[in-house]
Order: sequence, then C-alpha cells, then structure tokens
Amino acid sequence: MSAATPAQATSQGNRLLGTARRMLGTQEGLLLVLLVALFLGVGLYNNQFLAWNNVSDLFNVNAYIAVAAIGMSMVIITGNIDISVGAAIGVLVTLSGYVALGLADAGLPPILVNVAAWVVPVLGGMLIGAINGFFVAYLKIPAIVVTLGMFSILKGGLILVAGGNTLYNLPEGYSIAMEDFLGIPVPVWVMIVLTGVAFLWMRYSRTGRSQYAVGGNAEAARLSGLDTRRILMTTFILSGLFAGIASVMYATQYQTIQAVVTPGLELQVITASVVGGVSILGGVGTVIGSTLAAILIRFIGSALVFVNISPFWVKAILGILILVTVLSDVVRRRRQERQ
Amino acid sequence: MTALLELEGISKQFPGVRALEDVSFSVAAGEIHALVGENGAGKSTLIKVISGVHKPDTGTIRIEGQEVTFDSPHSAQAAGMATMYQELSLYPELSVAENIFMGHAPRREVGRIGVVDWGTMNERAREILASLNIHDMDVQRKVGTLNVGNRQRVEIAKALSINARVLIMDEPTAALTESDVERLFGIVRLLKERGVAVIYISHRLQEVFELADRVTVLRDGHFVGSKPVAEVSEGELIRMMVGRTITELFPKLPSEVRGDVLEVRNLTRKPTTRDVSFTVRGGEIVGMAGLVGSGRSETAQLVFGILAPDSGEILIEGQRVDIRSPGQAMKLGIAYVPEDRGTQGLVREMRIRENISMAILGSLTRLGVVDKSAERRVGADMIGQLNIIATSGEQTVNKLSGGNQQKVVVGKWLASKPKLLIVDEPTRGVDVGAKAEIHRLMSELAQQGLGILMISSELPEVLGMSDRILVMRQGRLVAEFSRAEADQHNVGSAMMSDQVVVADTPAATPVAGGAA
Repeated sequence: MSAATPAQATSQGNRLLGTARRMLGTQEGLLLVLLVALFLGVGLYNNQFLAWNNVSDLFNVNAYIAVAAIGMSMVIITGNIDISVGAAIGVLVTLSGYVALGLADAGLPPILVNVAAWVVPVLGGMLIGAINGFFVAYLKIPAIVVTLGMFSILKGGLILVAGGNTLYNLPEGYSIAMEDFLGIPVPVWVMIVLTGVAFLWMRYSRTGRSQYAVGGNAEAARLSGLDTRRILMTTFILSGLFAGIASVMYATQYQTIQAVVTPGLELQVITASVVGGVSILGGVGTVIGSTLAAILIRFIGSALVFVNISPFWVKAILGILILVTVLSDVVRRRRQERQ
Repeated sequence: MTALLELEGISKQFPGVRALEDVSFSVAAGEIHALVGENGAGKSTLIKVISGVHKPDTGTIRIEGQEVTFDSPHSAQAAGMATMYQELSLYPELSVAENIFMGHAPRREVGRIGVVDWGTMNERAREILASLNIHDMDVQRKVGTLNVGNRQRVEIAKALSINARVLIMDEPTAALTESDVERLFGIVRLLKERGVAVIYISHRLQEVFELADRVTVLRDGHFVGSKPVAEVSEGELIRMMVGRTITELFPKLPSEVRGDVLEVRNLTRKPTTRDVSFTVRGGEIVGMAGLVGSGRSETAQLVFGILAPDSGEILIEGQRVDIRSPGQAMKLGIAYVPEDRGTQGLVREMRIRENISMAILGSLTRLGVVDKSAERRVGADMIGQLNIIATSGEQTVNKLSGGNQQKVVVGKWLASKPKLLIVDEPTRGVDVGAKAEIHRLMSELAQQGLGILMISSELPEVLGMSDRILVMRQGRLVAEFSRAEADQHNVGSAMMSDQVVVADTPAATPVAGGAA
C-alpha cells in the first residue's frame, strides 16, 4: 500500500504545483521567491554574503522600517496615506532620548528610566496618530494634506526644540535593540512578532475586517452599518502606535541619538507597503507582504555591495519595483472591472 | 423635409445587454425632434452612437445622404454633432470664453510661436452669446460662479462655436428653474430658425408638446414609433412608452397581510421629498414607481438614516423612532438594498462570506474576534437560500456575474433578519433568470411576514410584484393604487404627467396633500 501509483504521484504533484502557483500569484509569495533567489544567487557568487553576521544584518537593519510599514499598510488598506511617519519617528526617537536622560538625571532606577523611555514614545506616536485620525475621519480632510501638515509641524518643531543635538551617555540597558535573544537580534524578534500579531488582527478581528471593508468600498461599508469614522480613527492611532515602536527600535540601536528627521524615511516605509502588495487604491494587501518587502529592500542594498555594483542603484531598482507593483495592481483591477 | 442626419438599423450590444436593436431615427435641419422612453429604453445609447462615443455593431449613419462612420467623439464633432450631456461638461475654474473655445481657441503668432488670441476669443464669445440673445453675461467670469441656467447657456454657446449642425440635448431642463426653462426654450427655437437640427431628450411630456416638431419613442432598445407631435396625444405617447408585455416575471404569491411595519408621516426633505406619508405592512410588497429624480431613493434613504429629514415622523411597528444612521436603522430591523450595488452595495475585493456578514459583523464577534465558523455558516446558508452560483463562500465577489452579485447584496441584508426590507431597483442590470429568482425570493420573504418596499423604474416589475403601488413625482407622493386597479396606463400617467387622465382606465386614488 505504501507505493504510490504513478497516477497518484502525478495528482499529488499537480496539487503541489497548484499550491505553488497560487502562492506565486500573491505578492507575498512572489516576494518570498525573490528573497530566496537573491539569497542563493548572491550567496553562490560571493559566499561572504551567507556569513552569519551579514545574514543577521540583512534582517536586522530594516526591522524598524518593517514595523512602521505595518501601520502604514493598515492606513493604505483603508484608502489613506500617512506622510508624517518619517517626521514622527524623528521626533519620537528624540523624545525617547530626552526622557531617558531626564529621568536618569532625576535619579530614578535605571529599569524604570528605560521602560519610561520605551513607552513614552509609543504613547506619543498614538497621540500623533489620533490627531491625524481626527482630521481625516471626523473633519473629512484628505489624509495626504493632514499628514503633510503634521510632517511639517513635527519636522519644524524638532529643529526648533532640539536642533540637531546629539544625545549620548544614555543609561545602562537602554539600547535594547543591540541585544540578542536566542542568538537573534531583538529588533528581528519584534518585527516577526508584530507582523504575526498584526496579520492575525487584520484577518480575524472585527476592526481589521472593517479596515479592509472601508478601503474596499467606504460607502458600502457605511451603508452596512459600520462606523467608518471610528474605524479610520483607530487605524491612524494604530499607525502611530507602530511608528512609536519603530522609533524605540531605531533609538535603541546605537549608543547615541541624533535629533534629526531622516530625509525620505516616510518614502522607505511607503515603499515597503506598496512593494509588499498593499494596493494604493485601498482594500487589498497584507502586513506580511510589507514586512517581506522591507526585508527585500535591505537584501537588494546589501546584495549590490557583494556583487560589486554601486549601492546607488538601490533607489532605481526600488523605483522600478514600485512601478511594476502598482502597474500590475491597476491592470488586475481593470481586467476585473471589464468582466 | 429631407433628413440632415439619418440612422438606419442601428444595433448595439453590451456584454449581457442588447441596448439597441434595429433602431432607425432621423432629424432634419430646423427640426426639433424629441426622443422619449423609459429609463433603460436606449436613449442614452442612441445619443452616444450619434456623438461617436459608442460604435454601433450594425447599421448605418448618414449625413445629408452621405454615409459616415464616427470613430471617436472628435470625428462626430468634426461632422457637426454637438452633445450637451446631463452633467454639464464645463471647467468651473475657467472663464466663460475659455470654456466656449476649449480645444479650438483662436490663435495668433508671436514671432514663430502660436499663442491664444485672448482679445479675439473674448470678442467671438460675446458674438456667439449675443446671437443667442444673451447679452447679460460677462465672458471673462469663471464658469464655476454661474448658476445652472447660465452654465447651460455657456454649454450651448460652446456647441455653436464648433458650428454644430445637430445639437443633442439630454434632459436639459432637469435642474432648471421655470424662468430658465422659458429662456432655454427661446434659445432652442432660435437655433431651429437658424437651421440647426435639435434632438431633445426629456421625461417631461409637456415640454415635448410645447417644443418639439416630431417625437420618437424607444422601448427596451427597440424603435416603437416616430410621429409628428401634432398627431399624437399625451395618453398615446405614454402607451407607446410603457406598452410592454409582462411575461418573464415570477408572479407574486398571495400572502397574509399583517400589522404595520413601517409608517411614514409627512416626511420632508426639500427638494427631493415633500410631505410624504405611507405605510408598509408585514407580508406585503409595496411598489414605489416614479421617474428617476422623483425622490423615491431619497425617501428610502431618509427611512434608512442615510439622509436626515427636515421634518416628519417615522414609526416602526407603531413606535416613533429617530433614525440617524444606517447602524441605528439596522438595529430597528430595517434593511436597505441600495440602487447601485457597485458603489453602495459590495466590497468587490472581499469574499462572498465577508460581504454577507458585513451588516451583522457585530453579532458574529466575540471579544473583538470574528467567529469564522459562524460566519461561514451564514455565508453558506445565504448561498443556498438565494441560489448564488459560486464555487464557495471564499470566492471574491468581483468574480461573480451581475445577478449573483446582486444576490450577495440581498443576502447581506437577509442575514440581518430584518422586519422591513427596502430594495432599490432590485433587478437592474441582472439577467432574466436571476431576475425571476430575485422576484421569487421577494415573494417568499413577504409570505414569511417581511414587509417589503420595492423601488423600481420598471413598470412590469412594479405591476407584477406589488400588492400596492405608490407613485412619486417631483418629490411628492401623487397616487396610490391597489394591485387590482393598477395597470400600465394609470401608473404610467401618474408617473409622468398631472394633466392627463388616460380614458380607458379606472380612476387613480390621489393621495398627495391638497389634491385629495
């Protein structure tokens, strides 16, 4: 009974092939294949690429981008956008540093100081998200305008208050992102866990479901009795939450903190979401996609170095990826509409 | 009269719909030719054929006897066809003159570069307006600051600036005040004297009689007849428009009528709903007939909490209620299947199951998590009950046919177990088979005690399905018929005209305020 007939084997093979094809049909599957191909391809060309140091770095460097992109993906899935995320991270990183230094000066025990310095920016992120969400959901102002305004306020405010200061002498144990757990850097753990939680949230929670519905067809969602305003508000607060966590990951990865807004950081986050298959038209995509895309972006950057191509190509390659992804999304929708 | 524009044997098919079949039509220079028919009769498709938007599948178009083909709106325009659509196609931020000469502004050379000759453009805009007896318009004013009547005059001037020989006007008076209508008529008559052929589409039959020389009736994409206006009566015209046979319908089953589910008293939201009062009882299908824009959908949306009323009362099972949102209306047991399933009913990227559960998501949720097995059960129930043709509840909705998509919307609302089901154009754009199924379903639901308010622009559907028929016209409830007394002519007349009583029908029961 153990020997499978050729027919059975073929049918099993077909099923496997079908599953593979379905996976490849999704953006997530495609990204996974790209990641593996890049990993093996570049590894064969230059096996330094496969050194543990480098592999760990491949997943670690962009982990905070991936976490911020979780929030961004939710915002884009509801049919909105958040331009302020880059400036928010800049402000929250600095805030974290000031809280740590201030409370340490006040003589609080280090563990309390560090927890406060990790939690306050997360709350601050949620507050920024709540303000964005209020303007978008209740005052019905387009998200691109609201968050562009927020971007300017935060960026300008940071320059006025902290003006490019460098914060150092951070308390012992503050730089948690430099730690490992079971041999894997903490930021990678955070990225994996949050991606998983957010994926389950989007898939199984009532609010997550409603986020897709609002992005897919806000009018139909409203007529079905969903409170679209509350859903948008929640989405922006969540986006702020993830920006806050990303800020802590960023702030705690070095011994010092620069009080600046990294130029173009919001574009990196949006790129991860879009390349991850989150439709810029709303209603479609997963946070697994955006996390894989964030990792892929780092892979490409690193791979170019290992095959001796100027890393300045990264931006051009990302641009092509964005255009290809958006184009295929638009083409797919048009084809469906024609049916 | 010799024809300036002649269409012969025009057919046009869209996926699933035969929009025009063997339609012939002609209009002479200096003639005002009215084109009438119910919604969906094919008027819009016909004018789109004339204006080059749609290419007919078969048939010929001739201008002064010469056969022509229009590949694009541009080639139709070049041949002198000008179209004024219902939604005016003007640029609000540009001036009157710029709008009139959009795309063909007079130019002059500065050195070797062509630039817009603003002086000439404004001058010629003024001339064109003056030729229409419009002397009170500043050609440099932004169009966005003009009222609807003036915008329409700009639209006419724009048509004339390209030397239109045929001017198509699609419901030009729909949004106008009475004095603007008079002025529009003056302009149309002026154009007629100048030898322009005018194709005039209107639902208002008085206008047809006041203005037109000839009238052509379309019905279900077919040519019904073309007559000089002087030789036709209003009653005859209505008969030509609605005279259809009721064959493909599933007949309404008898059901026991129970107590009032919904009572609406003096509901008002100007201008679409004025002093409307009616009841819907359990086990009853109440049809609501009327033309597009008569205020039927708006009245339904007032009941469902999408719009807020100025005044009036709504009672559910005898209790006065204050409905401020769709969510509240749902809690009171009201369900609303909207008119446009694409923009209002479905989230197309989502699965059937997820669409069906959308209105009852709250009751399927435990501690913020959707109970998927319960959700699957509801989805499977509705797929079975409504006979939705799909591989499973996991299929995304955009892969379904129109009729099955509509059933998903109906399923979403049935899942909420309503007492009152409001359906707005329940069978628009679905094929005959799905239509019969939706009718059967509504009939069964009424038998189970549900009160149904059905808005429909298809008279056979209203007549075939309703226990009682309400007719709305221009925001008012103007007539109510029992199933026995209603027929195509008296309902059709009540929809279209307050002046005519069609002789061979029993009298309608007027219910509008003041008229009783």
